[in-house]
Amino acid sequence: MITLSVNGRDHQVDADPATPLLYVLRDDLEMNAAKFGCGLGQCGSCMVLVDGAPVVSCVTPIVVLEGRAIRTVEGLGTVDDPGPVQRAFMEEQAAQCGYCIPGFMISAQALLERTPSPSDAEIRDALKPNLCRCGTHMRIMKAVRRAAGFMQTADAGATTSNGEDRR
Amino acid sequence: MNGPVLSRRGFLGGGALVVGFTLFPGRLLAQAPQEGDGGTPPGMPKALNSNPLLESWIRIDADGGITVFTGKAELGQGIRTALLQVAAEELAVDPMAITLVTADTGRTPNESYTAGSQSMQESGTAILHASARVAAILRDLAAKSFGVPADNLKLAQGAVAAPDGRSLGYGELVAGGELEGVRAQAGTVLKDPASYSVIGRDLPRVDIPAKVTGGAAYVQDMRLSNMVHARVVRPPSYGAGIREVDTAVAERMPGVVGTFRDGNYLAVVAEREWQAINAMRVLAQAVKWDEHETLPDQGTLFRDIQTLQSDERVIQDRRDDPAAVGGAVHRLDAEFHRGFQIHGSIGPSCAIGLFRDGAMTVWSHGQGMFPLRSAIAEMLRMDEAQVHCIHTEGSGCYGHNGADDAGADAALIARAFPGRPVRVQWMREDEHCWEPFGSAMVSKARGGVDAQGRIVDYQYEVWSAPHSTRPGGAGALMPAWHLAEPFKPDPPKPIPQPAGGGDRNAIPLYAIPNVRIVHRYIPDMPVRTSALRGLGAFMNVFALESFMDEMAAAADTDPVDFRLRHLEDPRARDVVTMAAEKFGWSSARLPAGHGKGFGFGRYKNYAAYCAVAVEVAVERETGAARLVRAVAAIDSGQAVNPDGIRNQTEGGIVQSSSWTLMEQVTFDRTRITSRDWSAYPILRFDHIPDSVEVHVIDRPGKPYLGTGEAAQGPTAGAIANAIADAAGVRLHELPLTRRRIKAAVGV
Amino acid sequence: MRTTRILGGLLLLAVVGAGGFAALAWRSELDPIKPPERSAFPPERIAQGAKLASLGYCAQCHTAAGGKPFAGGYPLKTPFGTIYGTNITPDPETGIGTWSEEAFARSMGEGVDREGHHLYPGFPYDHFTRISADDNRALYAYLMTREPVRAEAPANELPWPLQFRPLLAGWKLLFLDQGAFKDDPARSAEWNRGAYLAEGVAHCGACHTPRNLLGARETDRKFAGGESEGWHAPALNEASTAPVPWDQDSLYAYLRKGVSEDHALAAGPMAPVIRNLSSVPDEDIRAMATYIADGMGERRPAPPAGAVPAGNGAATVYAGACATCHEPGGPLQFAAPVDLAKATSIAQPDPRNVIQAIMGGVMTPDAAAAPLMPGFAHILTDKQFAELTAYLRTRFSGQPAWTDIEGHVARIRSETGSAGGSSTRIAKGE
Repeated sequence: MITLSVNGRDHQVDADPATPLLYVLRDDLEMNAAKFGCGLGQCGSCMVLVDGAPVVSCVTPIVVLEGRAIRTVEGLGTVDDPGPVQRAFMEEQAAQCGYCIPGFMISAQALLERTPSPSDAEIRDALKPNLCRCGTHMRIMKAVRRAAGFMQTADAGATTSNGEDRR
Repeated sequence: MNGPVLSRRGFLGGGALVVGFTLFPGRLLAQAPQEGDGGTPPGMPKALNSNPLLESWIRIDADGGITVFTGKAELGQGIRTALLQVAAEELAVDPMAITLVTADTGRTPNESYTAGSQSMQESGTAILHASARVAAILRDLAAKSFGVPADNLKLAQGAVAAPDGRSLGYGELVAGGELEGVRAQAGTVLKDPASYSVIGRDLPRVDIPAKVTGGAAYVQDMRLSNMVHARVVRPPSYGAGIREVDTAVAERMPGVVGTFRDGNYLAVVAEREWQAINAMRVLAQAVKWDEHETLPDQGTLFRDIQTLQSDERVIQDRRDDPAAVGGAVHRLDAEFHRGFQIHGSIGPSCAIGLFRDGAMTVWSHGQGMFPLRSAIAEMLRMDEAQVHCIHTEGSGCYGHNGADDAGADAALIARAFPGRPVRVQWMREDEHCWEPFGSAMVSKARGGVDAQGRIVDYQYEVWSAPHSTRPGGAGALMPAWHLAEPFKPDPPKPIPQPAGGGDRNAIPLYAIPNVRIVHRYIPDMPVRTSALRGLGAFMNVFALESFMDEMAAAADTDPVDFRLRHLEDPRARDVVTMAAEKFGWSSARLPAGHGKGFGFGRYKNYAAYCAVAVEVAVERETGAARLVRAVAAIDSGQAVNPDGIRNQTEGGIVQSSSWTLMEQVTFDRTRITSRDWSAYPILRFDHIPDSVEVHVIDRPGKPYLGTGEAAQGPTAGAIANAIADAAGVRLHELPLTRRRIKAAVGV
Repeated sequence: MRTTRILGGLLLLAVVGAGGFAALAWRSELDPIKPPERSAFPPERIAQGAKLASLGYCAQCHTAAGGKPFAGGYPLKTPFGTIYGTNITPDPETGIGTWSEEAFARSMGEGVDREGHHLYPGFPYDHFTRISADDNRALYAYLMTREPVRAEAPANELPWPLQFRPLLAGWKLLFLDQGAFKDDPARSAEWNRGAYLAEGVAHCGACHTPRNLLGARETDRKFAGGESEGWHAPALNEASTAPVPWDQDSLYAYLRKGVSEDHALAAGPMAPVIRNLSSVPDEDIRAMATYIADGMGERRPAPPAGAVPAGNGAATVYAGACATCHEPGGPLQFAAPVDLAKATSIAQPDPRNVIQAIMGGVMTPDAAAAPLMPGFAHILTDKQFAELTAYLRTRFSGQPAWTDIEGHVARIRSETGSAGGSSTRIAKGE
């Protein structure tokens, strides 16, 4: 049994400790956002946040994750209450097939938590580990820029209204 | 109006009461072929004629719930949203009030493949007409019920309202089965496009919210109760056979339910996914293969292609003004090459099979559920009626990739493990090595330009392996090749003009008096090939548009002016003019290291018009080229969801820039060697353009022309032309890699 | 470490003596010229220069990340501080536009710029001095026909008193053996060609030969293994611990494609070398492989790998993170190198390359520089890194256990900034 903290909730996982996190998220915890793309850490579709950093979950064995904070796209918000990155991707219609998009959202979330007002060069650099095949790149760029705006507004709002971090 | 009681399957076969439609010649015909086509009456959409029962397209439940059925599939192109808009417009309801069921052999019309950018022409047009007819029936039923003339009634929000305020919901109107057995017929009156309130508006894609919040959206996300995970141990190369295998070690591994072998087909099934992957690796170690050198020499591929057995077809030989040829003051010729390219969906193919009580169900993201059903039934030697194929979305589809094959895998393995749903997930290397590639091609262009700068003659020959190896029954399914009693692929057949396959868009749309175009079709190519977005058009438009610039340069004419000089079709001229204007095209040179280029094409010469102007930066010292900026204009006829058209076209441009600058399958004499993203790199974010701008020219009331494949060729031509402008070198071989550019630039 | 070196250096310089120093240190300024036109050079000479510039991968240290080729600004990190590659485009203000052929040849042979300043040996004139006069002319022709770029390289970051360039005269007196390469008549023409290239323009020893406290190559330990930018540059002589001995064919494959299936894939600072070599003709690559292989000498067989103690937690990490690609039967089983028992890096005397590769990931050594292996910087903690590294050493090599793995892990993490940033650190590609 390994205890994994996913989106703020502890899960007891009964799986081979070598199992890459991706399969535990998808098959044991029945979460859809992280996707199998290559299993080689080359395409970024399986990305999740571990302690705030984007990692390729397809080559991350759960044995190294005990006591660490895992976040997935499911933890960024819901259809009814989307987080800023999710809202931005919806508003920019930044998807075609959408398969790679959760991975991009994770890269974007990590970037924006670290660098709230990234330059285009910083966005490109942060998204380099992720592959998109439909050619949605330009909309993804726009969505990340828009998300940066949302997050800043949200932070500003949070600070001025109640002084607490709403996240 | 009551027809015979039929099962769903039954009425897909037809044979019911015919209801005549009013015929108002005029605007009603816009979204249907003017000419009868293979028995289709004028004014009757072909797909509707093949599946004429209205209820095979639209069902209205007694509670007013509306379900629309399409035989087409969502491939990531956004067709689901556009089809909802079409139905919602004529039915006068909110698109969100409609449930759309996509390709399912048990529920939807058979619309064959979702391919060729034809979903809007085919299914869109059929649904438009069917919806309009259903709306008319609803209106007539309400008129009868209210006792007022139908013309005085208003359809809105799922109800028909009379001027006096009385109102009846659609469900109430047809609760008595009034739509049962009613057939569509030619001549439905359609809404005036000027009154459209849903069509022609940007509607957010209905599938995006789930996709960005972790909702179940793909076949990969299906988790059926008691499901097991399968992986296939593929041969390391085409034609490899098992010399020996010991499956025992894998079978003893934790969680392994069993292995499955049939001839050279080998798979393993486990309770958990990671167990299946580990067992697959162990099994791969436990098998010895006999391999053969079946592949051509990549180093001499383009020379060798020209010596392979080919079937010569003169697809155009027009001499309208033979005398003009003598007036040529410039004669040019060029040879173009394109290597094999992959579809490379980010999510490898996946399918789920369930064999229970003698019946097989397959959930697949393939493009054609009905042809897949036939192929799987043949492969399993089952009655087609016992096979049910359900489309479930997968990762982006850009043509014939591994989806059908994964469906076959699921069916084969599921039959060996009855009662349990078997999920087969392809690994990355399965997709990179085994999907059918976009075909390698060679072409040669020759042309003459007269003193007035007009093209007087043009000859073009194109050598190509097949661009379509479907349908083809079980022999088209790669897993079936490896069985003890293998199925062999049928000899492929070329796609005839005017669509064409390898010769798609080989005939220029430009007004040239003397034209001879030859297609040399190579049926036997030792590399598996089939349809990749655009088919031959990607290469042929790249070649033609490159050659147009070479001829324009010879004539000392601006490339845009030169194109307009040879374009008569006003819609073609419109996209060219708009792309040039929005780009800010002028005769001024861009700063050093930057170049501009133009490309145009009308997909298949009868579908969407697309013109692309680009700016490319070339670093002379390294040969590195980057698409900096692209501006496109596209005319896909009546625009249903303009943002959907923009999205698809932006995607086409960006994807084409990756194909054009980077991509080529590599192989040695035995094996495909581009097995992953490191050996087959595609565009990453460090090389994306600064901006891509798409301008949609809407043509209200004009037929849908499709969008998905229009931008690929023009983008490739525009990039090659911009590189020539920036670096002064003309490259004729795709991809236009930094190495090739550097070699051409010299030191 | 650095303090010791500097103090030692000062002591040595004191020994050189102040007396003759001024005379020794002084070099004349050579007259500036007007940048020559392209027509001043025969095209074949420019082409020859291009080939030599690729062999010397000049562009690597003379191009900033994302900058214009040869315009300088690349930070070369040395144990003494950071030296920035200079602008060697023919820009008259900020580049070498006013350098005559003579000035260029002097800089290559003596390490002195046109104005008479001594150059730091980060510019490997101790190798370039072996280049023939004809080849220097060709390099000059090539560089003077590049696109001039106006760009000032940042000032070097060196501790006192190393900014004082005349000190370099003393260094040269001690360590610079001037003079062009001389053929060894007892050897084949191919061997001599290889030696000329490897010792001269390709400056292999700049990284692969260990350096003394003053940063000079220990010439009696030629190719015994050195370092470059936080990576170990493995031994290219009999000191090599590669489990499968390198030979001419494997060296050729490695230099040609960046991969030798039984040894290594070029990563770190070697990857750009391979990319530059891609435009160099086969015969020159073969010649260098012949020369280097000859120097590898007779090898003792590699000691057998030891047994890994049961219950090793790192084995689980390996099974989930590494085995997919590195165990037989994996997706890249036909690509190379995946068999870690054959990997040169795991048998090396220090663990840096293994840690660098795991932490930062590995790109393909071709022009595409595509991500091949992801970086595990954010996946593994320092402790997990150290345990995995030790596990790999024990399981795949019979060489003695590495020491101070934790220290290396911490240093590499801080030097590469791998605490933040994206998980696939994209090494300086192209």
